[in-house]
Amino acid sequence: MFDAVTNPLPHRPGVGYKAQHFNAIMDDAGPVGWLEVHAENYMGLGGRPLAQLRHLSEKFPMSVHGVGLSIGGEGRLDADHLARLKTLCDWLQPASFSEHLAWSTHDSAFLNDLLPLPYTAATVTRVADHIDEVQTTLGRQMLLENPSSYLAFAESDMTETDFLAQIAARTGCGLLLDVNNVFVSAVNLGYSPQGYIDAYPLDHVGEIHLGGHDEDEDETGAPLLIDSHGREVVDPVWSLLDYTLAHSGPKPLLIEWDTDVPEWAVLLEEVKRADAALNSIAAVFA
Amino acid sequence: MITTQSAFRAAVLDPTSPPPTGLRNPDGAQATKRFDVYRNNVAVSLTDALEAAFPVVAKLVGTDFFRAMAGVYLRAHPPKSPVLMFYGDDMPDFLAGFAPAQSVPYLPDIAHLELALRHSYHAADATPIAPDALARIAPDTLPNVTFTFAPSVHLIASRYPLQSIWLANTTGGKIGEVAQPCLVTRPEFDPTVDALTPQQAAVCRALIDAEPLGQALRHGGSGFDLGPLLGLLLSRNALISLKT
Repeated sequence: MFDAVTNPLPHRPGVGYKAQHFNAIMDDAGPVGWLEVHAENYMGLGGRPLAQLRHLSEKFPMSVHGVGLSIGGEGRLDADHLARLKTLCDWLQPASFSEHLAWSTHDSAFLNDLLPLPYTAATVTRVADHIDEVQTTLGRQMLLENPSSYLAFAESDMTETDFLAQIAARTGCGLLLDVNNVFVSAVNLGYSPQGYIDAYPLDHVGEIHLGGHDEDEDETGAPLLIDSHGREVVDPVWSLLDYTLAHSGPKPLLIEWDTDVPEWAVLLEEVKRADAALNSIAAVFA
Repeated sequence: MITTQSAFRAAVLDPTSPPPTGLRNPDGAQATKRFDVYRNNVAVSLTDALEAAFPVVAKLVGTDFFRAMAGVYLRAHPPKSPVLMFYGDDMPDFLAGFAPAQSVPYLPDIAHLELALRHSYHAADATPIAPDALARIAPDTLPNVTFTFAPSVHLIASRYPLQSIWLANTTGGKIGEVAQPCLVTRPEFDPTVDALTPQQAAVCRALIDAEPLGQALRHGGSGFDLGPLLGLLLSRNALISLKT
């Protein structure tokens, strides 16, 4: 398969790093092959966070995952924030940088959530222009992550997979495929998650995310899944991962657990399950 | 039908307004509860960030009061930057003007202190001067000495027994009765809070502002003993260079 992504993260399980797990990870990380950090948590000028990051980066390949650049925003990218990202990437030299297909800042207010955008020719151009600016400024290829959707836009006139394929083709960026987000969006908007994977440009995938979600209902009683990252990955999402890996081959595979963060031993069980999924598919693709 | 981000932003921050038009449930109806997911994410995540940033303010007023107040704050002062480690710079002024919180008059000072602790935690690393650096200065030039302080140092003025209020709500202890300006330093990675006398605070403020030592001492009044303040600054790695 043609590999459109120059992402040197190993095709092994990684975890979203939390400071309370520092000692456990440095002591014995089990099958963890790399770590991901949220860029915005490391934009101070010194102290323990950066010291820990330096120690971790001496032992593990690192992925910097931005949650605040607002790539889908109607306005211009925040130049100060892009400069902070460049400072962090130049210092840490991570194996990978990724951000979200979402917006979070408008009229200089940062809303701290990954807010949705419609999929149209106009938004393709806007997002592609922003990604060009990011890749030019950082001097590296970035990965763009698919969102969790709770609602649809009346004005959208293309599918998310077509949108992502156009963005990857126009900008040369890679894609971060969040399989839990696919499942959440598919249930919430009423389409087939396997069908989404079938239509998704898998050649561009540089990383896969897995996380837990919560279950609710909308006002009509229709299921409404919430992307909370606060619990174990559910079985249907593990199945969707197997389905994805069977088509994509092994990929760097991240477990995200960001709220109600458990003790390391609980997270390690998720990592082992991810490791097993990767091992079984590696045998097929060997 | 276009849903602008201006309309989305306004409705996300205002729970009394209807959701923006052009947002759909899977059955094609206007989204309502589904839009509330975003409203909830924005309000809860920013409230959580503020509660984590101001734990002693939250303890002093109670969690329910704090979270309701945070809801007012985050709508009046949404973050201007995605770097949330510094969110809440306007909190001391907000508390000073927030009528329901006036019964706790030292809340703005506690908020100042908690902001300083966070800025100190994330401040740039710096190498302190050697403990004997002053001893190597010729005595007749000592009054001309100026210091550079570590970027992690903050001095919080207060008319209240600030350090003891902070301690009583973190590690424990009795609340004192005299004014306690607070010196925040970061000896290594963990910020530390020390109480100063008002005289020490006046001298320390002058030194932070790079007044020469001889001139700074005059802010302490007659009979001021520099020894304890200087010993504290040295032991807390607060001084990173000096020049004569």
